[in-house]
Amino acid sequence: MEAFLDTFFNGAVLARYAPSILQGVWVTVLLSVLIVISGIAGGSALACLRAYRIRLLSVLIVIYADIFRALPPLVLILLVFFGLPNIGILLSSFTVLYLILTLVLAAFAEEIVWAGITAVPKGQWEASRSTGLGFTQTLIWVVLPQAVRIVIPPLTNRAIAITKMTALGMVIGVPDILGQATTAQSFSANASPLMLAAIAYVFLFLPLVIFSRWLETRFAAPGV
Amino acid sequence: MEAIVTQFFNIEIMVKALPLVLQGFGITLLICVVVIPLGLVGGLLAALASVSQNRALRWSAIAFVDLFRAVPPLVLLIFIYAGLPFAGLSLSPFAAVAIGFFLNNSAYFAEIFRAGLLSVHKGQTEAARSTGLTQTQALIHVVLPQATRNVLPDLMSNVVEVIKLTSLASVVSLGEMLHAAGLVRSLTYNASPLVLAAVIYLVMLWPVVRLISRFERRIAS
Amino acid sequence: MTQAAQGAVAPPTLTVRGLRKSFGAEEVLKGIDLTIARSELVFVLGPSGSGKSTMLRCCNRLEEPDAGEITLEGDPVTGPKVDLNRLRLRMGMVFQAFNLYPHLSALSNVTLALRKVRRLPRAKAEALGLAALDRVGLKAKAGSYPAQLSGGQQQRVAIARALALEPSVMLFDEPTSALDPELVGDVLAVMQDMKAQGMTMLVVSHEMKFARDAADRVIFMDAGRIVEEGSPEQIFEAPQHERTETFLARFSGRG
Repeated sequence: MEAFLDTFFNGAVLARYAPSILQGVWVTVLLSVLIVISGIAGGSALACLRAYRIRLLSVLIVIYADIFRALPPLVLILLVFFGLPNIGILLSSFTVLYLILTLVLAAFAEEIVWAGITAVPKGQWEASRSTGLGFTQTLIWVVLPQAVRIVIPPLTNRAIAITKMTALGMVIGVPDILGQATTAQSFSANASPLMLAAIAYVFLFLPLVIFSRWLETRFAAPGV
Repeated sequence: MEAIVTQFFNIEIMVKALPLVLQGFGITLLICVVVIPLGLVGGLLAALASVSQNRALRWSAIAFVDLFRAVPPLVLLIFIYAGLPFAGLSLSPFAAVAIGFFLNNSAYFAEIFRAGLLSVHKGQTEAARSTGLTQTQALIHVVLPQATRNVLPDLMSNVVEVIKLTSLASVVSLGEMLHAAGLVRSLTYNASPLVLAAVIYLVMLWPVVRLISRFERRIAS
Repeated sequence: MTQAAQGAVAPPTLTVRGLRKSFGAEEVLKGIDLTIARSELVFVLGPSGSGKSTMLRCCNRLEEPDAGEITLEGDPVTGPKVDLNRLRLRMGMVFQAFNLYPHLSALSNVTLALRKVRRLPRAKAEALGLAALDRVGLKAKAGSYPAQLSGGQQQRVAIARALALEPSVMLFDEPTSALDPELVGDVLAVMQDMKAQGMTMLVVSHEMKFARDAADRVIFMDAGRIVEEGSPEQIFEAPQHERTETFLARFSGRG
């Protein structure tokens, strides 16, 4: 038991590295917030564009969404982080992580919001247009508000899954929670920083997971 | 423009990288073959526990699911691979990946199966029980087929997520496809091997992603 | 019906003694006593919330009774050492919402229990299943899935599913309430036919005309108790109890 505590909850190690892991928490939170805001905004905008059914535009959006849903984010991250400098574009690891995860979240968000838009019955469009509202007005005032209900639970789940991927930043040296913890672990030769990191993630994400569970029951359609 | 071609789409380097990347692809498939069934079985069991009448069982299943949905898979993987050895438990990269993914995937598959089980109307079990089927028989022949069918797109898209997730194994030096491609990249200072790996992922997963989108639309309508 | 006249020595098909059931603080059944003889059709009437569906569901223990004894042809249904699944083969149940298995064809709906509980080989089960579908006039629909059938057809498949097990008694839980009016007739015709063939039936329903035409005995339930019972003529023409009268008055337009 004592050996266990010494390995995973070593007071001295924890005290020494807690500040740097706390800094990592700040980086993770900042990244997550930025990714969620820009990813969902971007994805929703793309889904709305698709509603206009301009053929070429829709095809391009679908291709983008498919590629970013099919490729592992880590592949994209390594590709951009190690590839771009070779053609003279230097981006910080933070920027690369932010960009890629935003693009990935936007791809998923586009599909989810689009599914929500198409789930609204055609009669809603017809009713709205028959009262003289334009296409865009119908989209904004009639269709999107109904789509939101369908879209929120899966979008929340996806946003959580993708913000958790900020941990991938460790691979390219982003000083997020996991990055700080692995550095600390190699300096201290002790597993406590990793344990602290795991606890930090649980502390950050468990409330969100529980919140998403609540959302699902709240928005659940009776008898799927 | 030319720089982009030589740095990202360098055929010569891709050809050189191909054998190693394909070898890595074999390991990627091997990981998939192990972790997908493990995750499905673990997820189904956890889902059954999470809808059980037994309060303690139900809540521990939900706690398990939420905990492992809250921890990023890479954190879990590194914890198992780099943390546990300090406690005297050294695992091979493959074992670490199998265990980490089992825990992570089970949690996600459990949520999906749970939704599927809850989507089957109570009357289905009652009808089956009224004709003499046992609880287990009703589950196997009546409830599970419907539950699985109702969440098939979700199951499929989670399988895609798992396949993508296998790329994390490269971080613990398991020589799967991304690891192999990264290795060649570091030797050639050229990103083309990574593009090659990306293309293979794309060829493998794009059809599935398309299929899921179509599936979801059909169910929505 | 395999056993012919065993006369007065044969035990009643179904007996219910002192049946009680509560949901939380609310007592839904406050002591029900009921005996159903072989080939009898007993029709149960009552306002919603009177406990009639719960009583029916207690008979095959889809709801677990809190107290009371139930027997089927003299064999205990309640009690600790009962092989419930064997007993349920002998009690067919028809649900308000049909509860057909949507992932199985009509025939497979009917044969599932034959194969999994009675453990019949596939060919034998399918022969029995087709015969049962034939009895409800749906042999031609054996390969159809529930979604391809009308409500009335679905309910008839559900009846065939129960009939195929050759039960001693059939329990009907508002079998026509979920149907469009024009589809009710087909289902009632099938029930009428079963009655003619000597099936013992316990029917919870609001189909008053059917009750008059087919029932041997009508039971009126209210607030968890049997308020009165008698022949259809007695209950419909000369109800003894005020509550029965009030209830019937509301339905008079439909009788």
